[in-house]
Amino acid sequence: MMKKLPEEKVTPFVEKLLKDYEVLGPIQTAGFVSFGRITSPGELKLNHQNSTKAPKEAFFPQWEVLFRYRSTGQSVEVQSTEDPGRTRILFGIRPCDIRAALLLDLVFDSLDSKDPYYINKRKGTIVVGLGCNHPVSTCFCPSVNGGPFSREGADLFMTDLGDGYLVEVLSRKGRKLLQYLNGKEASEEDKERAMAIEDSAARGISSVIEADGLMEKLEKMMEAPFWDFLHEKCLGCGICTYLCPTCHCFDIADEAFDLRGQRVRYWDSCQFPLFTLETSGHNPRPTGRERIRQRIMHKFNYFFSTHKAIACVGCGRCIIHCPVNLDIRRVIDDIHRE
Amino acid sequence: MEEIQNKIRQEVAQLLSEGQVDFVIGFEQGSLPLRATPFFLRDIADANLLVWSPFCENNLATYLTKIQGKRVGLIAKGCDVRSVVALVVEKQIQRDHVVVIGVPCQGMVDRRRIEREVDGEILKAHQEGEEIVVEGRDFRKSLPWKKYLYPSCKRCEHRNPLIYDTLIGEKLVEEAEGAYHEIEAFEKLSPDERWSHFTEEASRCIRCYACRQACPMCYCAECFVDSSFPKWIEKGLDPSDVQFWHIVRAYHQTGRCVGCGACERACPMEIDLVYMTQKINRDVKELFGFEAGLDLDSPPALSTYRVDDQQEFIK
Repeated sequence: MMKKLPEEKVTPFVEKLLKDYEVLGPIQTAGFVSFGRITSPGELKLNHQNSTKAPKEAFFPQWEVLFRYRSTGQSVEVQSTEDPGRTRILFGIRPCDIRAALLLDLVFDSLDSKDPYYINKRKGTIVVGLGCNHPVSTCFCPSVNGGPFSREGADLFMTDLGDGYLVEVLSRKGRKLLQYLNGKEASEEDKERAMAIEDSAARGISSVIEADGLMEKLEKMMEAPFWDFLHEKCLGCGICTYLCPTCHCFDIADEAFDLRGQRVRYWDSCQFPLFTLETSGHNPRPTGRERIRQRIMHKFNYFFSTHKAIACVGCGRCIIHCPVNLDIRRVIDDIHRE
Repeated sequence: MEEIQNKIRQEVAQLLSEGQVDFVIGFEQGSLPLRATPFFLRDIADANLLVWSPFCENNLATYLTKIQGKRVGLIAKGCDVRSVVALVVEKQIQRDHVVVIGVPCQGMVDRRRIEREVDGEILKAHQEGEEIVVEGRDFRKSLPWKKYLYPSCKRCEHRNPLIYDTLIGEKLVEEAEGAYHEIEAFEKLSPDERWSHFTEEASRCIRCYACRQACPMCYCAECFVDSSFPKWIEKGLDPSDVQFWHIVRAYHQTGRCVGCGACERACPMEIDLVYMTQKINRDVKELFGFEAGLDLDSPPALSTYRVDDQQEFIK
């Protein structure tokens, strides 16, 4: 089902959603866009290229309390902090980031491991996707099974027509939002314009990575001299992993205050030495060589062999934000040349 | 700049051919407009890939403490050289292990400010004399690049390398308005205003530690945030933990920061970081007459004492 949401009806639409739902969307913070909870439609910045920090935080926050505890001397009381009943809308998320959520589902919601903290948030979220009319030069989603108008994983999907949005209903969850949408059926002309925008966006993708054969190539490269040099200019910060929409490594710790405390989970990064430091003092990944190899191997080999998908969605965040311009596209090209 | 670039290439080719260094750290063309990227160069044939432009923004001295037992050629701006001096003084590197190819620096361009000057994505950029020409899908704009220097470059008083083995090109006239006038203005704000600036800036931190990793002076084998026994700090985004990180990071720089701005350039969340170290730099200068990275023979202010050190602060 396709509806047309004229420009002037966007505000009333979001206002109505806000009455019944918690809405997360792209908002301007300082000089850049990030996803956050909005309280009024005016805060939404829907013409954003993409947020600096990925919206994976909606399902997998950088830092979350799993439960609280208190020792009474005789026993320990444990109190859940989960709120499984919440329903939220993730509004204006780009197709690459939706694809990332589908990849995270493979990790946190698989047959043999269920992460309730992730699943509660994921299941309780309605995903309103927004197509990318103008992908930027660092976008390469089609190389990794995505696309600027890929609808996979969206409950509603919006195409910016310039004078409003074409809104498609793609799931039962998405259908629930129809009642808030005071729009007419989309006309044939609207649909044709949307198709033209979609075609032009696909043509606008200028970056490519060669995914075919990459896994097999890496399979034989564990001890290649390639890694001895690749890491040299890497600073060893966590930007690429923390801004990545598919990176999902975490650590768990107790934040204790006397007899009470909370168990928290927070993002961790394979680029930090502490990530693999063992209690004995031994570190199996002692230098940048092993750490950058881990990042590349995990995304393009290990994840693929486990889940039959590459753990990269081509969003370009690691390219744009790397302080030393270590570009994953060049890394992949160089791997193929090895 | 092209002339300087050619001289750098010649000098590096000679260093490598004479076997004076194992490798050279410089810059090559980046993969994005407005970017150059650090380049570890071993093969003389690659010397013509070296670039010199207003986009060579990284402090390359940060790599030196990670390199053991090699002789390194370093293409070094004024601030990179100050870091070399500070690292030698702190006994982290040996002076004779580094061949400093000093380049007087006209300042580096703040790419994010340039990006904000245009609507749409910059697809190409190049320098034409005093202008940076940026081009996108439907625009072409010339911007006077010296208006878009990083704040740390604008206040830089040591654009010329203070020590070097070879100097490329002519020395420049030092023309900064003074390193500390911004911090003097900041000090005039009320404590509430200063605290709210600090907490707002820190609230964007994602604890990626790019500021630490980009800093030549952050070389501790174990950073206090990574210690689990004792655990000094939690790892999440509780404001008190994030603020604690930023305060201690700045304090650990006391008398050590050379003001290169590498921390701010690396920060993906564009957090105002340098004002804190600037404040401490100025205090150390006033109290002890010391600025980091100026003199190979002066020990760091906090690692030594003189009988005439100021002591009014001891109550």
